[in-house]
Amino acid sequence: MNGAALEVDGLKKHFPVGSRLAGGGQVVYAVDGVSFSIAPGEMLGLVGESGSGKSTVGNCILRLLEPTDGTIRLLGTDITHLSRRAMRPLRRELHMVFQDPYSSLNPRMTCGQIVGEPLRMHAIARGRELDDAVAELFDKVGLRAEIRFRYPHELSGGQRQRVGLARALSVEPSVLIADEPVSALDVSVQASILNLLRDLQAELGFSCLFITHDLGTVEYLCDRVAVMYLGKIVETARTEELFGDPQHPYTQALLSAAVVPDPEVQRKRRRIVLEGDIPSPMAPPSGCAFRTRCPLEHESAPRSHEEEPLLGDIGGGHLVACHLVGPGRAAPRLIDVPADVLEAREA
Amino acid sequence: MSYVELATVNPRAGRRRLLRKRLLRRPLAVAGLVVALAFAILAVFANQIAPYSYRATDFNAILVHHSSKHLLGTDPLGHDIWSQIVFGARASMEAGVLSTLLALAIAVPIGLVAGYYRGWIDPVIARLTDVLLAFPFLILAVGLAAILGASLRNAILALGIGAVPGLIRIARGEALALREEDYVRAAIANGARDTTILFRHILPNMMSTLIVQATVTIPLAIIGEAVLSFLGLGVQPPATSWGVQLNAAQDYLTEAPRLAVYPGVAIVIASLAFNLLGDGLRDVLDPRTQR
Amino acid sequence: MSAAPLLEVDDLSVRFDTDAGTVHAVDKMSFTLAEREVLGIVGESGCGKSVTAMSLLRLLPPTASISGRARFDGNDLLGASSRRLRRIRGNEIGFVFQEPMTSLNPVFTVGRQVEESLRTHRGLSRSAARKRAIELLDLVHIPAPERRVREYPHQLSGGMRQRVMIAMAVACEPKILIADEPTTALDVTIQAGILDLMRELRERLGTAIILITHNLGVVADIADRVVVMYAGRKAEEAPVRELFARPQHPYTIGLLGAIPLPGAASKQDRLREIPGRVPSLAELPNHCAFAPRCPRADELTRSEVPPLRSVGPEHLVACFHPGGEWTQ
Repeated sequence: MNGAALEVDGLKKHFPVGSRLAGGGQVVYAVDGVSFSIAPGEMLGLVGESGSGKSTVGNCILRLLEPTDGTIRLLGTDITHLSRRAMRPLRRELHMVFQDPYSSLNPRMTCGQIVGEPLRMHAIARGRELDDAVAELFDKVGLRAEIRFRYPHELSGGQRQRVGLARALSVEPSVLIADEPVSALDVSVQASILNLLRDLQAELGFSCLFITHDLGTVEYLCDRVAVMYLGKIVETARTEELFGDPQHPYTQALLSAAVVPDPEVQRKRRRIVLEGDIPSPMAPPSGCAFRTRCPLEHESAPRSHEEEPLLGDIGGGHLVACHLVGPGRAAPRLIDVPADVLEAREA
Repeated sequence: MSYVELATVNPRAGRRRLLRKRLLRRPLAVAGLVVALAFAILAVFANQIAPYSYRATDFNAILVHHSSKHLLGTDPLGHDIWSQIVFGARASMEAGVLSTLLALAIAVPIGLVAGYYRGWIDPVIARLTDVLLAFPFLILAVGLAAILGASLRNAILALGIGAVPGLIRIARGEALALREEDYVRAAIANGARDTTILFRHILPNMMSTLIVQATVTIPLAIIGEAVLSFLGLGVQPPATSWGVQLNAAQDYLTEAPRLAVYPGVAIVIASLAFNLLGDGLRDVLDPRTQR
Repeated sequence: MSAAPLLEVDDLSVRFDTDAGTVHAVDKMSFTLAEREVLGIVGESGCGKSVTAMSLLRLLPPTASISGRARFDGNDLLGASSRRLRRIRGNEIGFVFQEPMTSLNPVFTVGRQVEESLRTHRGLSRSAARKRAIELLDLVHIPAPERRVREYPHQLSGGMRQRVMIAMAVACEPKILIADEPTTALDVTIQAGILDLMRELRERLGTAIILITHNLGVVADIADRVVVMYAGRKAEEAPVRELFARPQHPYTIGLLGAIPLPGAASKQDRLREIPGRVPSLAELPNHCAFAPRCPRADELTRSEVPPLRSVGPEHLVACFHPGGEWTQ
């Protein structure tokens, strides 16, 4: 764990709902015990559907929200409860790209001003130097120099995301949090932003937490993946391993549900359709949160009703939180696994 | 790194130009703007435009209907009515504009603080505002004017303070909404100080709403001034305003109703103009309306 | 394609009068839909696919002008009287919108909303409609339908709301179901269920489906035939397997290359980027709309609109230089 760029340990974020005075003392368990670490230069994908808490994790790391419990360590420093003043110098190392290109840029500022703001804020450059730095950043993200003088509403969604990226990378942070950076863009534009992100990461070497619901993107970009369900991580592994040999039933269901743009493949796939809806984060099921929809619930009961499964290492850094999975014991196969992976497993 | 943006950005995207186009498509709003400007000119250049001073009396021409020397006639004391209207415009515009500016100066900071910081201060401000909003604007203004004493300056104060609660609510609502915008979160995540965020990110983006609200508050203040002066709580004779003129016209309603009609019509036209302008601006500045 | 097509759209064009001048949302679109067929209309935002669908049922705002011809079941659709149109909407042609959050009326129970079209079009009594509504909720696999029927939209999840929308749309067993981005706002696992449901409905009720989406994976999953739209025009049309196996239009090829394929695990392949961006629809170009972004562009494509040509069995492309590779 030493030398990790970002370390999150036991992170919890609970939102009280309803005024305590009025007696409505409910709690939304948005994030309920999340742990992971990101090495320098690594891209970790955080995958989950709605209600999984993935965006909340990002907000907590950025200290836009106060964590209820757990620790967050940025470059070795515990930032979990630092005051705003103490955080300020560390803000250089941690930046974010947002999902909505239409609300992530101040409509009253020019793009050049927007990109230059962090540099100005941290007193890294001013005047002429600042101008040059901004021009260089625009070049780096593939935008023509004169776009500096335009306002956000004059730009397309893809261009705006580039501006957002330029702003985030302007101070050369060590860690970038990307919260669904391409979900709001058209498919043809997504590709260019994804390529850009990949190139910039290779060039600048920052670590990245890539939060998304889109599995295809994660497989393309990320070194490692963590899958979240109802506020907890259910599986973490290197990308090839997660996609090649998913263990947790939820991961398997998620992978099988993703549609592949190839009718030959797509129509032959066996799909696991999960019963029911995602439970409300206000009332997570006891024991294993996934048991209400798990196709293997009959095998894991009654233990899954009482005991929460913890993340266990099944080898090679592949962590799974499932009662049916343990070292040396793989999960029942719900979906088709490629033949070569099967062979490797049986060996 | 490839330059991928080949297509040029829409050349017609000048925001001001676009807004002007949109405004021009609304004849009522344009009419409102023109009339409002006309009144502003009357107010500023009253000394040059009015043929007579508002104090000038001509005892040879009392209660004249209209003549070549007196376009709209004269009042019982021989004042030229047209000149009265012009100088009245000055008082009304002063009252309207200054009280609105005063209200904004007080309400916007309070609303910003309440909406942005929330915490314990927000409920306090919100409840106080709610209490004040229970009083109709005019009642509040009349009460304040009565306490402060009768003069144009106090009328402006009273009207301004009376308009504060409504504007606080608007400013607070905007601040509340804007603080959730991603670019504000980005600034926070950047480590920006609160003052920076408030002045650079939140306030500029409230301007459209504030402009519209100001434009719509002015006619309220104009009418308010007329009411206060009519009741004797605002402008005091020999200074004149439309309200003062209305007061003086009471005794002559059967004999010469035009003494009340002229200032009355002026009030109607002035407030209507600002209202139409405000409505039009609201549409023009709203990004959701199509044209 | 034996019998006459259920829906025939010919040279459909839609113009909007807006701030920025006239916007040509759809330009001479033609397509057909056979019985029990699933037609996927694919394109990115602003390509005109939703407008096309909504124009068929005249669901567009008054600033729209529609021209062209459309025949439903042999009868004129675009020129149909308001009375006839009301009989068609919700009855012979059902519509499912994208946002289940906002398409359901929050102050009426779910059952009441499903019953509404039953009572309007079939004249069912209150109790008969209630019974049928429960059956319909069951048809779309909503568990405990007798209870759900009394619930309000906010009490249901997004996936369930979408199922309710589908139930409403198929209540009168329409011949055509138009689904406009029905799964875009839903989670992946929920989307899978909705797609399965639509497939099942096609089997059980014999409904033809027009599925509008930007997601090529969805199209690969469920469509029989695909129409690819770009800038208001049809770029390519083919049976689904043919389209994915042998795309001919550079835009289609570009789109397919822009999506990360699972298991294409080797991360050294770059995603294909289509340079530039979707053109503004304010000027209707009298040349190929894709030319500014196309690697195959030349004098010809920059001066004329490419006509639709056949390049294979039931495979049409609007391109002067159709071909299987990005550059040719």
